[in-house]
Amino acid sequence: MGFEFKYVVESIPALLQGAKLTWYITIIGIVGGLALGTLAGLMRLAGTSAVGGASYGHFRWLAITSQKVAIGYIELIRGTPIIVQAMFIYFALPMLIEVTTGYKGIRFDALTAAIITIIINAGAYMAEIVRGAVQSVNKGLVEAGMAMGISRLQLITSVIGPIAFKRAIPPLGNQFIISLKDTSLFIVIGVGELTRQGQEIMASNFRALEIWSAVAVCYLIMTTALALILKFMERRIKII
Amino acid sequence: MSALIEFRDVGKSFGPVEVLHNIDLTIDQGEVVVLVGPSGSGKSTLLRCINGLEMVTSGELVVDGIHLPRQKRRIREVRQEVGMVFQLFHLFPHMSALDNVAFGPRKVRGMSREEAHDVAKDLLKKVGLDDRSHHYPAELSGGQQQRVAIARALAINPKIMLFDEPTSALDPELREEVLNVMIAVAEQGITMVVVTHEMSFASKAGSRLLFMDGGRIAEDGDPQTLLRNPSSERLQNFLQHVGY
Repeated sequence: MGFEFKYVVESIPALLQGAKLTWYITIIGIVGGLALGTLAGLMRLAGTSAVGGASYGHFRWLAITSQKVAIGYIELIRGTPIIVQAMFIYFALPMLIEVTTGYKGIRFDALTAAIITIIINAGAYMAEIVRGAVQSVNKGLVEAGMAMGISRLQLITSVIGPIAFKRAIPPLGNQFIISLKDTSLFIVIGVGELTRQGQEIMASNFRALEIWSAVAVCYLIMTTALALILKFMERRIKII
Repeated sequence: MSALIEFRDVGKSFGPVEVLHNIDLTIDQGEVVVLVGPSGSGKSTLLRCINGLEMVTSGELVVDGIHLPRQKRRIREVRQEVGMVFQLFHLFPHMSALDNVAFGPRKVRGMSREEAHDVAKDLLKKVGLDDRSHHYPAELSGGQQQRVAIARALAINPKIMLFDEPTSALDPELREEVLNVMIAVAEQGITMVVVTHEMSFASKAGSRLLFMDGGRIAEDGDPQTLLRNPSSERLQNFLQHVGY
């Protein structure tokens, strides 16, 4: 029983279906994760010299609270496996909502739970990437911006942001690829993504060699596409 | 003459380390104050207190009518009237020379892109770099970068210009071009506070020389007089060290 290519050909329509869903979860997940990660990363740095120095008055209290919330979120997510997070959001969260608020029957479908899991999970790792990139911006540049009397928001969007973003691209690329591959874990909550499609075809024809090879190639194509997009972005941002 | 900057018994400490002690100093409009002194004497810290990059920890500092630290929430108003030039230039690396200079007018003065670019072109011409306006900082020499940085600080039309060792990171032959621009700025009558080791600038363009030592102002007087006849032994020693 050698490698029979016809089983690969037969599996293509179903695998493409799965790949489409994997891509969909990944793209929404990393875009949402990047937004959440940027927010959490900046909250983590609130009031520090990396984003323009100490805050005064009520803002000081706000900065300290932001930092603590961000640290709690990052540590919670980094400290638990993504598969547990997916299970929690899909199975346990509806129960938690019912117990605490009395609302019954609030539950996400598997796809929504998968997307939320990727956003929350990737967001925590990206928060640390954003923090590192922002902290790596030369303090003198931050001071040069501050010395002009621009607002903190202008400082972040016009000075720190563009410089930090370029530096964040390589580690963000890593995280994008990790998140894409993490979607394979949603097999456990019944999302019909690529790995699950492969598993189902395999269960009916027992052609493990052909099917898992085809699945691996599909992942490889998608991760390569992500890497190329990032490379293109990195080239376009002209910071010398 | 009216006081633009007033230190009233100002002290500054970083944790347990006191870097400025009981500074009393009044700087009037139009003065060109040159701050000299050995490293660690507190001259950079004193300079950075003026635009609140360091907040004074005791006493009171009044800059353009705003009282620090009491009104520290209004520090942005101070900074919008004070331009600063740094030892290591700190031009924004992701912007061309023109955009670096136009940055302040656009963000601080709310000018349109076109207006700001007009102001920036004008200033780049004044510092002799109108042919480099589309170059990025990394494509400019140190002296050129520093001249762009001076133009950037001038672009918001500040009442006060601060210079923190603007020529210390430059080769001797590049210092000259920066010093010439600084002398031209001084001749315009803008109030300047300059931390430097360039005694030639002090004697040519300075209207007042302050010698700092151990966090205190040890000498305060006319640059030509002080440099010709340094009264204290510490100043004599210092001038010998910097080779004047």
